[in-house]
Amino acid sequence: MLTTLIFLPLAGAILMLLLKGSEGRRDGLLRWLSLGVSLLVFALTLVVWARFDPSSADYQFVERREWIPAFGISYLVGVDGISLFLLVLTGFLTPIALLSSWASVRHRFAEFAAFLLALESAMLGVFVSLDLFLFYLFWDAMLVPMYFLIGMWGYERRVYAAVKFILYTAAGSILMLVAIIGLGWLHYSATGEYSFELQALQEIPIPPNLEFWFFLAFTLAFAIKVPLFPFHTWLPDAHVEAPTAGSVILAGVLLKMGTYGLVRFSFPLFPDAALFFAPHLAVLAVVGIVYGALVSMVQPDLKKLVAYSSVSHLGFVVLGITALNVQGMQGAVYQMLAHGVSTGGLFLLVGMLSDRRHTRLIAEFGGLKAVMPRLVAAFMIITLASIGLPGLNGFVGEFLILLGAFRWDPRYAAVAVLGVILSAVYMLWMFQRVNYGTITNDENATLRDLTRREAWVIGPTVAAAFLMGVLPGLFLRPMQPSVERLLQRVSREAVAAAPASPGTGLQAGTASHAPLQETAGR
Amino acid sequence: MISASDFAPIIPVLCVVAAGIACMLAEALRQPGEQMPIGGLAVIGLAGAGITAALLWGRTVIGFGVVTADNFALFVVLVLVVIGLLTVLFSPALVARDGLPAGEYYALVLFGLAGMMLMAMATDLLVIFLALEVLSLAVYVLTAIRRHTIGGVEAGFKYFLLGAFSSAFFLYGIAFAFGVAGSTRLERLGSVLAAEAMNQSPLALVAVGLLLVGFAFKVSAVPFHMWTPDAYEGAPTLVAGFMSTAVKAAAFASFTRVFLSALEPLRPSWAPALWAIAAATMILGTVVGVAQTNLKRMLAYSSIAHAGYLLVALVAANDVGKSAVLFYLLVYAIGNLGAFATIALLGTRDRANDDLDSYAGLSTRHPAIAAAMAVFLLSLGGLPPTAGFVGKWYVFSAAVQSGYYGLAVIGVLTSVVSIFFYLRVIVMMYMAPPAEVPSPAAPSRVAVWALAVSVLITFYLGVLPGRIVELASRSVATIF
Repeated sequence: MLTTLIFLPLAGAILMLLLKGSEGRRDGLLRWLSLGVSLLVFALTLVVWARFDPSSADYQFVERREWIPAFGISYLVGVDGISLFLLVLTGFLTPIALLSSWASVRHRFAEFAAFLLALESAMLGVFVSLDLFLFYLFWDAMLVPMYFLIGMWGYERRVYAAVKFILYTAAGSILMLVAIIGLGWLHYSATGEYSFELQALQEIPIPPNLEFWFFLAFTLAFAIKVPLFPFHTWLPDAHVEAPTAGSVILAGVLLKMGTYGLVRFSFPLFPDAALFFAPHLAVLAVVGIVYGALVSMVQPDLKKLVAYSSVSHLGFVVLGITALNVQGMQGAVYQMLAHGVSTGGLFLLVGMLSDRRHTRLIAEFGGLKAVMPRLVAAFMIITLASIGLPGLNGFVGEFLILLGAFRWDPRYAAVAVLGVILSAVYMLWMFQRVNYGTITNDENATLRDLTRREAWVIGPTVAAAFLMGVLPGLFLRPMQPSVERLLQRVSREAVAAAPASPGTGLQAGTASHAPLQETAGR
Repeated sequence: MISASDFAPIIPVLCVVAAGIACMLAEALRQPGEQMPIGGLAVIGLAGAGITAALLWGRTVIGFGVVTADNFALFVVLVLVVIGLLTVLFSPALVARDGLPAGEYYALVLFGLAGMMLMAMATDLLVIFLALEVLSLAVYVLTAIRRHTIGGVEAGFKYFLLGAFSSAFFLYGIAFAFGVAGSTRLERLGSVLAAEAMNQSPLALVAVGLLLVGFAFKVSAVPFHMWTPDAYEGAPTLVAGFMSTAVKAAAFASFTRVFLSALEPLRPSWAPALWAIAAATMILGTVVGVAQTNLKRMLAYSSIAHAGYLLVALVAANDVGKSAVLFYLLVYAIGNLGAFATIALLGTRDRANDDLDSYAGLSTRHPAIAAAMAVFLLSLGGLPPTAGFVGKWYVFSAAVQSGYYGLAVIGVLTSVVSIFFYLRVIVMMYMAPPAEVPSPAAPSRVAVWALAVSVLITFYLGVLPGRIVELASRSVATIF
């Protein structure tokens, strides 16, 4: 099941390259074909969700095969409540990204679709790998298609951005490779055979000083990917220069790989080091929340604004993880999904504006509401979702994270709340300058409203934002057992406090309609 | 007494030598202007060597007391056969284009390979030296085979002078080793050194130092790498690819055998030196590689860096390290030879087209060749899912296992730097507007197939390396 899921897009990518007609003669066929493949993958991820047992914390759909026996490396994949929705998110965003590029990618569509599908394979692989070698393989393999997507189909400074992206992230993750090898060797020393399986590695004793360094090596890789302040400098370049589809995938899925890595690998593998470093990470996260929001506020470029807002939103996710309680962790995972949907949506909308006007400067727009009411309506909903308006997807995650942070240490929550306020400021101010007022630029007077294709691109995103806002339990329930198990392993109050905790994340999630009213007026 | 079984281990070598002689005869019998598929003779000889090597697998036969066909040697022989076959398959069009003397060319390649195979199997210092000279002479001539061009002559001459110099070092080292052990057999040398482990004579250390210099020159390790960029740039491109892979494979095989078996007792003395050489080689190779704008020089520095990675495996000196050397040699050979062959295919008779700028927009002019080049470069850079990634994994596993975390960290960091210069080529090929470059002749069908096979092997070793890894790790279990 999972194997089919991972390699189906790759097969699609190869098919794209084989069917490629000269000078783009078969582009029409390839467009529908690539969309079909990605929709099929999405359907499969939904099947996984449907057949997922939400009451179990165990990995499900596990497949294990011998791969490189000499090193104890196995092909081991599985899904638990934390990775399940990232899988669905990946499946959801890829067809949207493909569809959004139908008009804007005019040259070499076959390669474009092939790289995007190969990227999807690697991303799905990252989320289901339970063997560290396999994980690293997908993790690094993902860089190559993204590099080509930015470098070949991006905007003016695409080459610079592409090279910066690949070098920055490769440099960050390469030390993790050493740490992974070190873990395998520790397993060999302890048991007499190699293993790189996550669960086996959790059971070996790690000398404290090595644990310290290994944690740092893993966390550096993930912090760059998140990106956690001050490792974020690659992100604005990559986001701004990438084509729309690239930005959607980058913001929607790739950044989540960093936070997912923290949850799946850094924290459970090295619990003691994680406890030691959690406050430091939280400080960086909080700084990132405020810094990202402040920088967003002054951006003249729409794409840059959205890019910096990601720094801020992902800061929330890291804060939730470091809180190390059920609310914080569930909020973090939920926020990953919510951010994927709403920021993906924002990039799609910015891409539509940029396709029409070939500029992304806020000052060039103004008064769009009168010209393109339907696009602006979608823009409004996504903007509000990004701010965290109750009833839309952004609210649940941020609320849970703040709750979790408050239970841990109110000071972090106090500063992080600033980020919520600031996000309302920069998003609404941007929205106002772009869409309200009078039309100052004549070119804007004749812009087309949403086409049917674009409606199909943005419609599902809006629907998902509503769904996640109204029915958070649908998502929170399956992830709860996995989150609790994770926290049993990495816990501040040891095991004792766990049963005494007042209200689980699930309850906090479904009960959030009450506090929802109170915070609505902020 | 010499018996027939003594010849068993050198049958692969004899196959290659016979093919070499056949090539020369064919050239001599050829009417001027007559077309003759001389390359076919080379293919037959190499196929024979490959088959006989496979038949010898697992038998560990010893010949004359000085050559051993153990699995370690046979693995290297098979790698050499692969290198030889790919080189020969790429050659015909290039030989015709550059007007090289076909008979001599193939004969020299084959004699060189014979020397290399012998070197991989030799267990006696003098035989190693003999093999080293056989392969070196062939390669000196190959470097200068375009004797009408200044670059070719200069490269050949530089390579010859420095090579002869290093051979002298090596021979001098053998003399000291003989002084210590009273024999040039590795086995004997090892047992004498082990017996005197407590009080080593300074002579032994001098011998180690001199042998180290000799090997370091052949594998182009810092600070004995100076000849590499000039020789690769001046040599015909495909010959540079052949040199950078085959010579390195043979030299590393012998390097590993000498240092990890005979000189193993002296490891505390040579390990720090080799550690420093490995680190310097990785760092210099990548850092200077960044500054290159000529592709052949860039690949020359990259091959220096790769020698550094192989040295990491050697310093680690454990079983993983030994098998990592084998695996990495194969991985590196495919990637590097593929990259050099691609450059060669894109040249014309008058212009090498090996500047970075002439690669601008290659993906639109020759999409298939550009894609193959990209795969080779990504493999050399060690990005998954290519073979290079597994190779790096293997090498750094060895380092970590012996506790050399520092070396592993230097290794992975330099490999990121190296990604930068490999990517520059990809940027030119895929993201730059097409350049006006004299268009090369369409590559021959054979060359295209060879490229395709190389790409497939690169992916195969990157995705399903299990069997070859198993083979490599079993190869070292039987010896040392």
